[in-house]
Amino acid sequence: MTARRITVVSAGLSQPSSTRLLADRLADATTRRLADDGIEVQVDVVELRDVASDVTNNLITGFASPRLEAAIESLTTSDGLIAVTPIFTTSYSGLFKSFIDILDPQALTGMPVLIGATGGTERHSLALDYAMRPLFTYLHSVVVPTSVYAASSDWGSSEGGLATRIDRAAGELAALVAVSDRSQQVRDPFALPEGFSPVGGYGAQ
Amino acid sequence: MQFGIFTVGDVTTDPTNGSTPTEYERIKNILTIALKAEEVGLDVFALGEHHNPPFVPSSPTTMLGYIAAKTTTLQLSTSTTLITTNDPVKIAEDYAMLQHVADGRVDLMMGRGNTGPVYPWFGKDIREGIPLAIENYALLHRLWTEDFVDWSGQFRTPLQGFQSTPRPLDGVAPFVWHGSIRSPEIAEQAAYYGDGFFANNIFWPKEHYMRLVGYYRQRFEHYGHGSADQAIVGLGGQAFMATKSQDAVKQFRPYFDNAPVYGHGPSMEDFSEQTPLTVGSPQQVIDKYAAMRDHYGDYQRQLFLMDHAGLPLKTVLEQLDILGEQVVPVLRKELAVNRPAHVPEAPTHESLVAASMVKAADVKAKAVQL
Repeated sequence: MTARRITVVSAGLSQPSSTRLLADRLADATTRRLADDGIEVQVDVVELRDVASDVTNNLITGFASPRLEAAIESLTTSDGLIAVTPIFTTSYSGLFKSFIDILDPQALTGMPVLIGATGGTERHSLALDYAMRPLFTYLHSVVVPTSVYAASSDWGSSEGGLATRIDRAAGELAALVAVSDRSQQVRDPFALPEGFSPVGGYGAQ
Repeated sequence: MQFGIFTVGDVTTDPTNGSTPTEYERIKNILTIALKAEEVGLDVFALGEHHNPPFVPSSPTTMLGYIAAKTTTLQLSTSTTLITTNDPVKIAEDYAMLQHVADGRVDLMMGRGNTGPVYPWFGKDIREGIPLAIENYALLHRLWTEDFVDWSGQFRTPLQGFQSTPRPLDGVAPFVWHGSIRSPEIAEQAAYYGDGFFANNIFWPKEHYMRLVGYYRQRFEHYGHGSADQAIVGLGGQAFMATKSQDAVKQFRPYFDNAPVYGHGPSMEDFSEQTPLTVGSPQQVIDKYAAMRDHYGDYQRQLFLMDHAGLPLKTVLEQLDILGEQVVPVLRKELAVNRPAHVPEAPTHESLVAASMVKAADVKAKAVQL
């Protein structure tokens, strides 16, 4: 059986958290889709609440604590990312953005990403497409077409099609993860840029 | 094995009493600290270079020239010399001059070192940091090793038959260390020339620098300067000490909590756990730094940052007493145990002159045979 790794990043702040609930449903749906195709998936969850002070410390000192370092390593070497945040004041949460800010700007290039968000009212659902999606586009990630927003009302109703949206988004992510070889790649952190010369090669003689 | 101190020369308010030294006071204090380094038996004093407040040392050769006149054994170095925004011609001349004034007791540490706004003040662009460091050093190296240089490059006006003056003392250029905190290009550059590599080893976990030093050692061997364990490695470090470790913790905490580089972030305990910072008894410092060679291999130079974050002069001088009397003598012994004979000491003017004479004699002997 082929193996893939997915990392789930949940920026929910309360416990229990509806953001985490949505993240888990997206992860389960994606795992099921991949299992149908004979692909085994390992899912690692990064709860940003647990590393919130490490994220702040990293912003100040420039390096990650061992716990945060492990989370970043897990994420950046995954075959896919499920990123879910609560919507605060028209956008992703500050903690979520701070976490993204400490990543190497190239670390998520080509990463298949499923974006999701939670909020009190469905009127904020477009935040996914005007805030979350451009953020990952800037990072050169591959964001699946369907994003999943869950308002409070979605949890108490079979109408509105939350389950359908989750399933469709999971299918889109699964298709990308199935063909990803990111987790198999070995990166050389000391690879010199192409054409680098220790004496210059910039016209110096 | 060389031991010493390095300073960035920050002017920082003492958080325990709100007092801030004037630039005059801080400059004089740095000079006092340097003289104290020789007095307590340290080998090296290294001074940073900065062109933006709160840092005060913009003209290291002026300060090092003064220190040279007042000392007899202390090796004078920089931490770091800005190879990006300085004109390599001026570096070649300034430090060759210092080398004469100081009877050869001079080496340099190259670094990119500047923050974004500083580059344009000197007509440069931070996005070109690595190419500047590579090209400028290539020129500096030639200016010190060749009497007349024809040169053209991307970043400065061309030279025709240029001779920098004075020529290096005894025809031997100051030894150069290359400092880097993240760039394999700089480790590669150090390895290519057979120069030293300095990992500042403070503010970040040692694991980070270990990978960089390992890479430099491997490339040093690749370029044929010797085996990987003969590469010339320097490390930074930082400590604050008291006879009783609780006293050190209590005394240093307000400085840690408000330090520009790590204050208002992680706790002092977490930071000490994750980086080489050691706040405690002299024995704790000995233990942590004696273990450095388990992480980095046998190395040549250990520098400590002792005078930042607003620590008053009196405290810094007391710290240097402890470092010189209780810590360094023990570390010298411990790091000498089982040190392989083929691992060289840090190059000095004397050893470089001796090596150049051996080389010249070899060339002569070969010429006679022919």
